[in-house]
Amino acid sequence: MRDLSPKAKRGIALLMVVSALGLAVMLVLTALRDHVVFFYGPSDIRDQASQGQIVRLGGLVAENSVTTLADGIGFTITDGTSSMDVVYAGVLPDLFREGQGVVTEGVLDNDIFRANNVLAKHDETYMPAEVADMLKDQGVWKGQE
Amino acid sequence: MFDYLANPTRFRKITAALLPVVVMVSAIAFALGLYLAFFASPADYQQGETVRIMYIHVPAAWMAMLTYILMAVAAIFYLVWRHPLADIGARAMALPGAGFALITLLTGSFWGRPIWGTWWVWDARLTSMLILFFLYLGYMALADGFERAERGSKPACLLLLVGVINLPIIKFSVDWWNTLHQGSSVLRLDGPSIDPAMLKPLLVMALAMLSWFIAITILQMSRLIMQRRVSNLEARESWS
Repeated sequence: MRDLSPKAKRGIALLMVVSALGLAVMLVLTALRDHVVFFYGPSDIRDQASQGQIVRLGGLVAENSVTTLADGIGFTITDGTSSMDVVYAGVLPDLFREGQGVVTEGVLDNDIFRANNVLAKHDETYMPAEVADMLKDQGVWKGQE
Repeated sequence: MFDYLANPTRFRKITAALLPVVVMVSAIAFALGLYLAFFASPADYQQGETVRIMYIHVPAAWMAMLTYILMAVAAIFYLVWRHPLADIGARAMALPGAGFALITLLTGSFWGRPIWGTWWVWDARLTSMLILFFLYLGYMALADGFERAERGSKPACLLLLVGVINLPIIKFSVDWWNTLHQGSSVLRLDGPSIDPAMLKPLLVMALAMLSWFIAITILQMSRLIMQRRVSNLEARESWS
């Protein structure tokens, strides 16, 4: 250390401080991983949330699952392996439809999720309407209707 | 190379030649980019016309992050080599950077309302972007918070370097955690998931903002160099 120039000493000190702080932030984020997520999927939610606690449940709206109930609208949220029935009374976002990704906020009531808010999740695909129609015509459409 | 550029006289010579070029590029790219974004590009199959907000939002977000990277590099040069021009560079970029972050947050909010159904959520992407905005504000408050401007340089540059950890968090938040914000459409491993007709206005707008940013940084740096000369002269005056 004694032979180093002041420049090099400052550089090394800086590197050490910044990497120590970076490591600290990484450890904090790793420890908080379960809390940083914005929502749980249907597979995790039963483990992560207790009855009556306000949580968010996210996933795809299952095909042919949207029904009108006496106390609102019912639909099923699925992540492909697991699914959960949701009941919701309120305004739905424009993008809400079967096959669409949604994030709902509410409470677990036995095996039903009672939502008091529904948000649509938009995916990262951007496509002109004409291209989407063309893909549908050609039968190679992979997205939702 | 840094020593070569760090000479203020040489810096002024180079930037004086560069300035008209970037101003011209910026004017042309903004005219073309805004025309493409708002008139000559297709509506999205899901979002409809709302997709046009993206042509402002995404380049502004890129620029907010790029500006921070450049400021952090300048901070390293200042803290290790102690060159005043690096400090001036970081100071010059802070306000445009904060502006880019604010534009990102506001346009994102306007987009989120019709598409998601909410102005704001505390998911990892949105929160880390808000932190970036606060880092810019904190840097400016710290850098300008002293009677003699130079006294704020060191703590402000340290803050910049500490804040660098936020950049990978912004970029990868959408991959590491469940977020309401969608994943990356352009900078992803398996190629862009955005139609070429929409990618073009996006890239032209990014060029427009980048060249505008370079022009503004040159002007700001020249102003700060002058300002520092004036205050040095005044200090000498009061001593004699």
